[in-house]
Amino acid sequence: MATFKDFRNNVKPNWCPGCGDFSVQAAIQRAAANVGIVPEELAVVSGIGCSGRISGYINSYGFHGIHGRSLPIAQGVKMANRELTVIASGGDGDGFAIGMGHTVHAIRRNIDITYIVMDNQIYGLTKGQTSPRSEMGFKTKSTPAGSIESALGVMELAIASGAGFVAQSFSSDLKELTSLIEQGIQHKGFALVNVFSPCVTFNKINTYDWFKENLVSLSTIEGYDPEDRTQAMNVLMENNGLVTGLIYQDKQKPSYESLVKGYKEEALASQNIELEREQFDKLVAEFM
Amino acid sequence: MINQLSWKVGGQQGEGIESTGEIFSMALNRLGYYLYGYRHFSSRIKGGHTNNKIRVSTKPMNAVSDDLDILIAFDQETIDLNHHELKVGGVIIGDSKFSPKLPEGCTAKLFAVPFTEIAQELGTSLMKNMVAVGASSALLGVKAEAFQSVVEEIFARKGASVVEKNMLAIEEGMKYFIKESEGSIGDFQLEEADGKTRMFMIGNDAIALGALTGGARFMPAYPITPASEIMEYLIKKLPEFGGTVIQTEDEIAACTMAIGANYAGVRSLTASAGPGLSLMMEAIGLSGITETPLVIIDTQRGGPSTGLPTKQEQSDIFAMIYGTHGEIPKVVIAPSTVEEAFYDTIEAFNIAEEYQVPVIVLTDLALSLGKQSVEPLAFDRVKINRGKLQRQEELPELEKNEYYKRYEVTADGISNRVIPGMKYGIHHVTGVEHNEQGKPSESPVNRIAQMDKRMRKLDDLHTAFPSPVFKDERHDEADVLIIGLNSTRGTIQEAIPRLESDGLKVNHGHIRLIHPFPVEEVKSMTEKAKRVIVVENNATGQLASIMKMNLCQGNIQSILKYDGNPFLPSEIYNEVKELL
Repeated sequence: MATFKDFRNNVKPNWCPGCGDFSVQAAIQRAAANVGIVPEELAVVSGIGCSGRISGYINSYGFHGIHGRSLPIAQGVKMANRELTVIASGGDGDGFAIGMGHTVHAIRRNIDITYIVMDNQIYGLTKGQTSPRSEMGFKTKSTPAGSIESALGVMELAIASGAGFVAQSFSSDLKELTSLIEQGIQHKGFALVNVFSPCVTFNKINTYDWFKENLVSLSTIEGYDPEDRTQAMNVLMENNGLVTGLIYQDKQKPSYESLVKGYKEEALASQNIELEREQFDKLVAEFM
Repeated sequence: MINQLSWKVGGQQGEGIESTGEIFSMALNRLGYYLYGYRHFSSRIKGGHTNNKIRVSTKPMNAVSDDLDILIAFDQETIDLNHHELKVGGVIIGDSKFSPKLPEGCTAKLFAVPFTEIAQELGTSLMKNMVAVGASSALLGVKAEAFQSVVEEIFARKGASVVEKNMLAIEEGMKYFIKESEGSIGDFQLEEADGKTRMFMIGNDAIALGALTGGARFMPAYPITPASEIMEYLIKKLPEFGGTVIQTEDEIAACTMAIGANYAGVRSLTASAGPGLSLMMEAIGLSGITETPLVIIDTQRGGPSTGLPTKQEQSDIFAMIYGTHGEIPKVVIAPSTVEEAFYDTIEAFNIAEEYQVPVIVLTDLALSLGKQSVEPLAFDRVKINRGKLQRQEELPELEKNEYYKRYEVTADGISNRVIPGMKYGIHHVTGVEHNEQGKPSESPVNRIAQMDKRMRKLDDLHTAFPSPVFKDERHDEADVLIIGLNSTRGTIQEAIPRLESDGLKVNHGHIRLIHPFPVEEVKSMTEKAKRVIVVENNATGQLASIMKMNLCQGNIQSILKYDGNPFLPSEIYNEVKELL
């Protein structure tokens, strides 16, 4: 059995002290150990930005790809080897701006990967510009007079797009975050875990204190049923999306892999790729 | 008796023009004739003139012919637009329904045959194309039985009576035409063919079959003309072999998903045309710097932007060689026949894994969509080589917290490769410059070491690639060397005997490895010629520029065509004569 320490490597993250991403890194390491996998069975694919560096900070197979494209790369990895646990990760700019098209389509495609977004409502690595998650009026280097575009409601959007697993957490709550990532990994299909992960350097509005004041834990809502899609939508709208916990899960929704004709349980990567002569002759004969 | 002719069927798009040509040529292919087809179509589904021009011959003839012997018309527009191609003594067979008329000055012989009416009498006007096939066959002296097996295969699912009715439609078409034309036309009777069984396929079929045979098991792709047939074939076939196709949201997803699958150890490809390739450029760079194998098919069509989406062009050459920012080792292969498209696609997967680089297989619309007879492909020529991909048992134990040296600097620049899931293989992969373990590094010393390592991987590729140039060198001292790429091979081959009969000594080279450019191989050819003429379907002479750059030679001239149509043999003949 691997412990969370086995998922640690000797690379020192280049995040700012106090960055919310440290907890996300720790939560992934703990969740991986908790679900009982070993480091070589985990592939972490990440995008570009401060948070995108996370794939290099976990002792597992890691792929740090292109800005906005962690999801298609991760889906390719999973299709090639369904025995792997595949986590895609990145920031809110990565997933909800440049990569938004992939996010929505990964949701509706429903390949069994877990997507962890480190959502800080700002662009960090480019030093403080507005993000699609920034609220109207948010002042940044690229919106000196305040943002005049509205913020995306990504949880609502995910549910509307047919997501089978939607959760949201706060990087200060390592226990809940770890548990949600674990559940996401165990969910048979695409799982979205959005994490409020404050940027202590550039976002002076959405701070740790701000989140503590504004976030509502779903555990405090009496009778909340994460399998009730309508309730999930209502609660998100009532709280401007600022809720934490498992928001919605459809345990019956079949994964993409389970619906692919001829797709075996065994990893595609370990199957023999050479054709037999008879197979080839049959294929050739079809063109005669 | 004649040994080759050109036949064209035309009408409104969506009217069954394609299937008319398909049935006609499939039957002739089974008799052992060599077929070569080129479809003229527009970027719409219903309506608009479309035609299918088919070459029938007792010898291989892989070019659109200069002229036309027989024109089958389903509307007057087909006659008006195409009659000028007809030879003196050529024949037009039109559907009586539209009362076909000969345009002024047209010397062809016109027959009106009631395609629609005969079909309706047999049950449905849908069979009018079979009546047209019957009339054509009567002219060629091909018996109705030749169509039996083809009709059976196509209509088997609809039942025996549909098969029977369609055969009847062919026979009625034949009878009507024989009666109508008796004694009034020239000789269109084809010499008997060799009766050998050949494949009949488009370039895209060969690429798809090559991918499957070459071990590709995953294809993410986005539909586009003229590439979609590749994904459509693999959607049908891959499930039998455990693999699958995903239709992605765009070409960026297609390319990056293919990178993900290749990284995880599955041979994976994507295919597109210019617009899609433009979207893939960033991902191609990722494949280059992360040394992840990748195979991309670019079926060139008219550019730029949406350009001429259903027309012939060869204008992506520069983009494929230079595309992506920064510098990576990359391979661009350009098959020039359907057969080569099959073998080269397999080779593309081998090179991608052996050298751990992106490989682009460049075709053009005429090659990708032109349907032609192909000698049966040889299973014994298929070899799969996965390069330095390691097996689990080969991996030594790693020190705690150590990463596998995935990017170890080696003499040939190629490092051992492991895939996720392997114990003792953990390493990091990043599009950021990195060290031997894949960890980000900005150190100048490391940068030079890794850049040099990547770039030297292809040092020997031009010699490792089987026949980087197709050579037809008839003369030690030629007056002219004609160079081309992709689908112009058959056209140039057809122009050469005409030039030679004028007393010119002509050699021919067709570049199959576009990048890295096979300098020595091409130089050995240019040295034997007084002049070099490069034939290409673009406006700026891209291949000629590459040759000038690589060979530092001044005697290179261009013949260019960029009106959306393939070259005709006569155009090459005439322009070569003009340049000399």
